[in-house]
Order: sequence, then structure tokens, then C-alpha cells
Amino acid sequence: MNPVLRLAIIPLLLMLGGCEFLLFDPKGPIAAAEMDLIIFSFLIMMIVVIPVFFMTFWFAIKYRADKKDSEYLPNWEHSNKIEFVVWVVPLIIIVILGVITFKTSFSLDPRKPIESDKPTMRIQVVAMDWKWLFIYPEQEIATVNEFAMPVDTPVEFLITSDTVMNSFFVPQLGSMIYAMAGMENQLYLIADQTGDFRGLSANYSGFGFSGMKFKALVKSDQEFESWVSKVKSSPTALDSSTYKALSVKTKDHPVEHYATVNPLMFNRIIEKYTGAQNGQ
Amino acid sequence: MANKATIVTDPHPIFGKLTWDSIPYHDPIILTTFLVVVMIGVGVVGAILYYGKLRYLWDEWLTSVDHKKIGIMYIIAAFIMLIRGFSDALLMRSQQALAVSDTSGVGYLPPEHYDQIFTAHGVIMIFFVAMPLIVGLMNLVVPLQIGARDVAFPFLNSLSFWLFVVGAMLVNASLFVGEFAATGWLAYPPLSGLEYSPWVGVDYWLWALQISGIGTLLSGVNFFVTIIRMRAPGMSLMKMPVFTWTSLCANVLIILAFPILTVTITLLTLDRYIGTNFFTNDLGGNQMMYVNLVWAWGHPEVYILMLPAFGIFSEVTATFSRKRLFGYTSLVWATACIMVLSFMVWLHHFFTMGAGASVNAFFGIATMIISIPTGVKIFNWLFTMYKGRVRFDSPMWWTASFIITFTIGGVTGVMLAIPAASFVLHNSLFLVAHFHNVIIGGALFGYFAGLTYWFPKATGFKLNETLGKWACALWTIGFFMAFMPLYVLGFMGMTRRLNYYDNPVWNDWLLVAGAGALIVLLAICVQFYQIFASIRDRKKNLDLTGDPWDARTLEWATSSPPPFYNFARTPEVRDRDQFHFMKEHNLAYKQPESYSRIHMPKNTWAGIVIGLLSGVMGFAMIWHIWWLAIVSTAAMLISFIVYNFQKGKDYYVEVDEIVALENEHFAKVAQATDASEDGEYSVRQRGTPLSMPA
Repeated sequence: MNPVLRLAIIPLLLMLGGCEFLLFDPKGPIAAAEMDLIIFSFLIMMIVVIPVFFMTFWFAIKYRADKKDSEYLPNWEHSNKIEFVVWVVPLIIIVILGVITFKTSFSLDPRKPIESDKPTMRIQVVAMDWKWLFIYPEQEIATVNEFAMPVDTPVEFLITSDTVMNSFFVPQLGSMIYAMAGMENQLYLIADQTGDFRGLSANYSGFGFSGMKFKALVKSDQEFESWVSKVKSSPTALDSSTYKALSVKTKDHPVEHYATVNPLMFNRIIEKYTGAQNGQ
Repeated sequence: MANKATIVTDPHPIFGKLTWDSIPYHDPIILTTFLVVVMIGVGVVGAILYYGKLRYLWDEWLTSVDHKKIGIMYIIAAFIMLIRGFSDALLMRSQQALAVSDTSGVGYLPPEHYDQIFTAHGVIMIFFVAMPLIVGLMNLVVPLQIGARDVAFPFLNSLSFWLFVVGAMLVNASLFVGEFAATGWLAYPPLSGLEYSPWVGVDYWLWALQISGIGTLLSGVNFFVTIIRMRAPGMSLMKMPVFTWTSLCANVLIILAFPILTVTITLLTLDRYIGTNFFTNDLGGNQMMYVNLVWAWGHPEVYILMLPAFGIFSEVTATFSRKRLFGYTSLVWATACIMVLSFMVWLHHFFTMGAGASVNAFFGIATMIISIPTGVKIFNWLFTMYKGRVRFDSPMWWTASFIITFTIGGVTGVMLAIPAASFVLHNSLFLVAHFHNVIIGGALFGYFAGLTYWFPKATGFKLNETLGKWACALWTIGFFMAFMPLYVLGFMGMTRRLNYYDNPVWNDWLLVAGAGALIVLLAICVQFYQIFASIRDRKKNLDLTGDPWDARTLEWATSSPPPFYNFARTPEVRDRDQFHFMKEHNLAYKQPESYSRIHMPKNTWAGIVIGLLSGVMGFAMIWHIWWLAIVSTAAMLISFIVYNFQKGKDYYVEVDEIVALENEHFAKVAQATDASEDGEYSVRQRGTPLSMPA
């Protein structure tokens, strides 16, 4: 979008509350594009909204019953010109927004791989009662309620649930997507700045829902490697018995690191639900 | 309260799952509420018995098939439920204002209680406040607007009302016996399935919605037939008042959408009761199917609430601008467009489920297209004011407030319709702010405008205007204070339904929202006082002529309140603004020379009896008291058969009685003086409040 427009809006928002406007403080190109879309759609609709506000006040004042000198046409009920304008102007705006909607539905499709010189990293995400499990199949580590990713590296999140529906959401990185049992949802995100960002479940999932928050740690490649080694040095491994213990319903679950994990665990969690219908 | 003690796996043969532990007497909030409700209940029943009004109540109201009385009862029930739903809102606002913490256990509502509150709030406000308000207004107004004597199926209308009442009663019973669903208002499975919600809360949700939903469906059929078949001679479709048009479209939506809800709820009921797997995680269940089905009903439902409100604004704007409605034809077409399109957009409620880009794009664009006819409507109202003589009585205050508020809601709605924007705004407080923006600022303000506008028609006297304007001003200020911060919080990344949160910055905005809710509380108090004061001072605001606003459509051509047969002689319609036409051509307020007897339906016990029995059946099913469920279902069927074989369901009103009632009306009209203020209006208009004798 036009950088001038962006410059006009953002200072206003920042005055209100600094960097707390997570959606206007994007840390990756997807979130930035979504911010632009929000601002642009808002501004283009002002073409209709401002005249409506203006006319409401103007007509209310000018044609008040006690203003006897204003023109009064009690039987006037039709005008092709006005009808034309009130149908066509919104139509044009919607055509413009429709084209943008169409384009961005594809360009910002959660399933669309992100182009980059760096290879895409994969993180598998499992919503549980009431915590988030992150499995790194390539690094063969797992964490709970915290994950790290290297900056400027596209990440493919594969998302499922081992319980009810949840929604995986890191506001400053962009799109959210539902986590549903027996299904694998796909979400590509990329960060262009390092930092610790808030993540949370955006779909109500029961009594422990409010505690289903996590940290997304975006690190330089080097820091990411040392974070992986730190996780690998953890004394616990994620095997079927620790997973069973983790499956117990808990609220406000602390961050956990698992040194090793079966790289097929994510698939097993999905197959638990689909297995029966596939006759396995 | 949902705790382990209330899960009964082995139901008792007589009491089912019901045990003493089902009654949450250990919770002080609920216990106090219970005692207050019991005291009010004892007081009301005591007063009825003390004044010997039980017979009157039964004969004149509870068994009534008169659409006007049923309409009034719907509206009273809606206001009672508004108290409950709004109390829930205050509890949520205060909890969120208090609950800044890293871990649970803050504020005064634990999640087990809080989650029931937000579920109940949504269910009550949509099903038991907004729906009865609009069905009540349709009952009150539509037959009068089309010159009919009653609805097409008067007994069915009574039954619909009692099925609705039973639904509301079941929701309220859940407060004191057992618990309500803690699933969110649409009870998405698998959370609402037996595995994740083994308590009776979801069962209360199922049966309350199933029973009242069937009532709504029957209402829809009833009004559809009424509008299509019972219009006065001469009233072609394009001469129907706009409120009747929008009601017709809303009823088409009810007929097409509510069966989807019935079936969806039935499938979930089967999952919970007999162990089917329609929506379970495993064994081939598909939760996405539920979400699609429930929104295939849920989105048209939004327009069921919204379209009649558009109709109200159209009537109000034309009347108070003393002008014909601008662009009637395009308003009707816009309504029809919205009606059709509302079935093509349901997926916009879950762009984040992971449908492909092309599916999302289709539903996003379809949604945006709805904003075109909606925008046209707003311009039509504005151009109705243009070159009019706009009187700012309180219905017009609501209309002006609506235009501003609803436009903002429309903008945020289009923003949410863009799938890629929805990916960050979905399920955030931005979304919560948006739908409150359109439901309060759109639908509810419309209902308040309509209630103020038609109150004199229903009762024979107007509501206090000063208090009405205060209520409108306070509602508007309160609304903006309560919901603009939620838009901001959405941009801050706050999602909905949080019981506590660790971000202290959110707290400032939630405090502002809480203060806004208190202003809305004040507004509601003013409204209740307005009703009280208006009844007390009714002699000062009498509507002697039946036309207190110098209005334009047929409902104002009869007395206020109208006689039970509505029109002594069925009017012949010549013009879209028929009553205005009559006044212009000096045809209004002319007593006909002769009358003939009128065929009318008799009141019946069947509606209330079958309705209440369905409540017993619902309660028995919720608590797995199988014998009682069987007995009450059989009793419903028997009552229905007995009613159908009953003779003499109708009678004739004799001419003497009609003459007496009509003479009384015309004597009152004669008391009112001519009100053509300064001769500017060619219309011979009688009895505006200015000229009314005290």
C-alpha cells in the first residue's frame, strides 16, 4: 500500500499505546501485508462513510421541522440520478476491494510456501488440554508453550489438535489457523526481526483456555542453534509415557523442553483419530 | 457448577441424573440470585392471587390467540430476559476489568463459572432477547399493517410463543439446577460433545434451543402465510409497507434457515444421547460439518434480526420526515438481495479453518457484495430526510444514532470479510466489537425505535418522550464507550472469551469498556423508569385518534389500542402509504354507515398446555428422566389430538358489539382537535400530542 497513507495512520495509533498494537507492529512480511490490508480497506470505505456522516448531520439540521424556509417536497420519492450514485459508488468500492480480496486470498493463503534463499524449516504444533506442544521433526526435539525459529527463515507449521478445536495465533507474525483433531492444517510464516513475541489460542477450548499462551522466540541462526542445543541438553525425552503424562488436563502449564522425540509422533497423534476410519 | 460431583454416570430410575448436588447452593452469587428470583416470583404470584386476577390473566392473556396480546407478551418476556443477559454482560466486564494475572484464579469468577456466563449471554441475547423483540413487533404490527384480523394460524401463534417461553425458562432453570453450557454460544463440538462436556450444561443448551427454535420456525410459517394470503384487497406486493416487506423476507429466512438449526442440534443430541459419531473427533465424526451447518443457519439468522429493523427505520424515517419514503422500489430490491445473499456467505465465520484460497475468496467477495444493498438502504433513509420536515421525536433519535453507529459496524464488517484480514482479526475482540456494533447499533436500536413508535398503538398512550431521548443518548454513549475499546483491544491482539490475561496494557481499555457497560446499565434503568412513568402519567399522553405521530401506513387507521378484530371493515388499499392517502383525500376518520358480523378465532388452552408440557419433556430429557420424558411427550400428543377434535374453535362477533366499540372510538376521535398546525400540511391530521386535550 501507499507508504504515505501508512505514515499517516501509524503515528496516530502509536500515540494511543506505543507498540502494544500488535497488529500494527508486524515482525514479518505476512503480518505487514495483513496490516496494510486492514488499513487500506478502512481508508477506501471512508469514501462512503464520511459523506454518510456528513449528510446525517446536515440533513438533520437543515430539514428539521422548525426550519420552515427549507424546501419541502412531501411527495418526492424517486430520483434516477441519486439511485445511480448510491448503487454505483458502493459497487465501485466493492469491485476494488473484491479484486484485492481475490489477490490477497491467494498471496496470503496460509498454505502458500514462502519463497526465500533459506530452506523452509518445519515445526509441528499440537493443541492439547491446555497447552501447546511444538515438535521439531528435523531437530528431533520438542517443547511446550514455547518455540523458537530463526529469523528470515520460512517456517512451515503443521498444526493439529489432540483435543477440541483451538486456533494457533502469533499476532505479530500474521495469520492464525484452526487446530483440529485428526487433521493437519498448514501455515507458513516468516519473521524478519528477532524478539520474543506473544502467541495464544484464538479459539475457546474449555476451562483452561485462557492459559493457552506461548512465547514465539525469533532468533538469529546462531542463537537458534544454541537454543536447540539447550533443549537437547534437557534431561527429559518425549516418549509415549511422558506424552501420556502431558495429556492430562493442566492449566497454565509451564514451559517444558524435551531432548528427544520420535519424529513420527505428530503423525501418530493424528492417526489416533483417523486410524479407525481408515481401517487401521 | 461444573464439577465432578455433577457427572452422574448411572442415572436413577426415577430422578435420572438429578441429585441434591445438582443444586449449586454453595455458590453465594447463584444462591442470592435464586433467592431474589424466588421472592419476585412469590410476590408476583401473590399479587395476582390477592387481586383475584388469575382468571383474567388466563382468559385474556395466557390463552389468548390475539396477535397483539401475543406480541406484547413476547416483548415483556424479552425485557425480562434482557435483565438476565445484561447481568451476564456486567459480570464479564467486571471480571475482565479485574483479571490481570499470569495464572488463573484472579478476579471473582473462576473459568468454570465465567465460561457459562459468556455462553449464556450470547444465547440469551440472540435467542431470548433479540428474537422475541422482533417476533413480538411483527406480531403487533404486521397484521395491522396489511389490514388483517389476525395471523393465518392463531393457535399456532400461541403455541410458538409458549415454545419460546419454555426455551427461556429452561435457560433460566439451568442457573439453579445443574449448570449451563460452557462452550460458547454456538457450542462447537467436539468441546460440546459428551467426551469434553459430560455435564448437563450442553443438554440445557440443546433442548432450550431446540424447543424455542421450533417455535420460531412455526412463527415463520405463520407470518409468511399471513403476509402472502391475508393482505387487504388492493394491497399488491409493491404496495406493502416496508416493515411488512422486511418481515416477509425475514420469515422466508426463518423457514429456510431454522430447519438447518433443528437438524444440527438433533445430530449433536444424538451424539450425546445415543453415542453416534456425527461430530466426534474419532470414528469418522466431522467437527467441520457442524461448524458449516451451524453457520448456514447462523448467518441468515443475523439477517432475520436485522431486516425487520431496517423496515422499522424505513417506517420511522418516512413518518417523522413527513415525506414519502425515498426509493421504495430499490429498498425492496435491496432487502430481497440481502435475503438471497445471506445464504451464500456463511463460511466467512471461519476463514481460519483452512479452506483453500479460492473458497475463501468466493465467500469474502460474496460477503462484501451484501454491503452494497445495505449501503443503498442507508442512503435511502438519508434521502427520505432530505427536503422533508424532520421531527426529532425519540424514534428519530434512535434512527439517527443507528445511521452513525451501524455505518461503523458495516465498515468493520467489510474489513472482516477480507479473508487475509480475518486471519489476524478473527476471534479477537475486534470481532466481538463488530457484531455488537451491528446487533446493538443496528438491530436493537431499531427495535427500540419500533417499540417507541408502536407503543401507543399497542397501549393507547405514548411513552414519555424526555426519558426516551435520555435512554437513547445514554445507550449511544454507553455503546461507544463499551465497544470502541474492544476494537482497539483487537488490534492489540486480545482474543475473545479470556478469563484472565497477563498484559496490563489491555486492562486500561477494559476499564473504559466496563465504564461504558455501566452507562448502558443506566440507559436500561431509564428505559424501565420510562415505562413505569409513562403508565403512571398515561392520561397526559393519550392517543385518542389512533394516529399519534401523523403516520402513513394502515396500522394507524384503527384505534389505539385496536379492537380485538383490528378493523371493523376491511380497508381497501389504494396507495402504498394508505393511511396518508386516506387523510389527504379526507377518507380517514369516517365512520361507516353499517357493519357486518366478524368471524374470529376463540382463545385456546392448547398453546400454553402443549408448550409447558414440552418444557417438562425438555427438562426430563436433560436429566435423563426417561419415564417423565415419555409421559410428557404422550401428554403433548394427546393434548394436540384433543384440541383438534374440539368443536367451536371460532365464533362471530355480533354487529351490536362492533357498533358499541366503534362508537366509542369515534367519540374519542371527535374529542381530538384538528392538528393541521399552520396549514402547511394539506393532510387533515388529527390528534398530534400538541393538540390533545389533557
